[in-house]
Amino acid sequence: MLTMEKSKIGATQAWLAITGLFGLAFLGIELTEFAHMIHEGATPQRSAFLSSFFTLVGTHGLHVTFGLVWLTTLMVQVARFGLIEANRRRLMCLSMFWHFLDVVWIGVFTFVYLMGMLR
Amino acid sequence: MTSDSHALPSNAGDHGHHAHDAAAHGTLSSYLIGFGLSVVLTAVPFWLVMTGAIADKQVTALIVLLLAAVQIVVHMIYFLHMNTRSENGWTMMALIFTVIMVVIALTGSLWVMHHLNTNMMPMHDMSQMP
Repeated sequence: MLTMEKSKIGATQAWLAITGLFGLAFLGIELTEFAHMIHEGATPQRSAFLSSFFTLVGTHGLHVTFGLVWLTTLMVQVARFGLIEANRRRLMCLSMFWHFLDVVWIGVFTFVYLMGMLR
Repeated sequence: MTSDSHALPSNAGDHGHHAHDAAAHGTLSSYLIGFGLSVVLTAVPFWLVMTGAIADKQVTALIVLLLAAVQIVVHMIYFLHMNTRSENGWTMMALIFTVIMVVIALTGSLWVMHHLNTNMMPMHDMSQMP
């Protein structure tokens, strides 16, 4: 966003790519965890906690996935049309979406991972 | 410090240039402050839970919830650029409206669920179910 304000296309694209890679890494770790849990028999059918766990964490992961699709689309847009006014607005919307996903994640890790351990 | 001294004047120039732009945006230093606070506010609750530094679990839970609330505010300010000035304060009005809605939905749900058991039709003991 900062490089976008300064109209640096290359830097904006690079930061978008870095964001995308972190998003992919997050999804990779999450899917590994899911696979590991299901392998141990901790499937959503097992208990109410696991049903909620997979629904909540899975929904967040799904939103991250769609965020990555959005991010890739905008990278193509910026590559083709540059940082035009429409693309700036779209990037700002994506930035809001991505940061709000992070806000949601605070709630998820607090309740699921931390409060779950305290029971 | 170099980034600070660099970011501030460029930010001041930016605001003069984008005077018509209603939405707020951050600076490098504000993003770094937000990131640093987030890392600390995430690491501390994880440390508390993983080491069991505080014996009383209820106290730990309260601190964890408090730190989460603080971190949400940090994200709102530094990443979502919430303030009382942008869009003539309407973003803040929208946030207040959202918070009221969420509080009503959450407390209402918890309230209903709390009374659900007593309001249910008489039923046989569920613990005897296969």
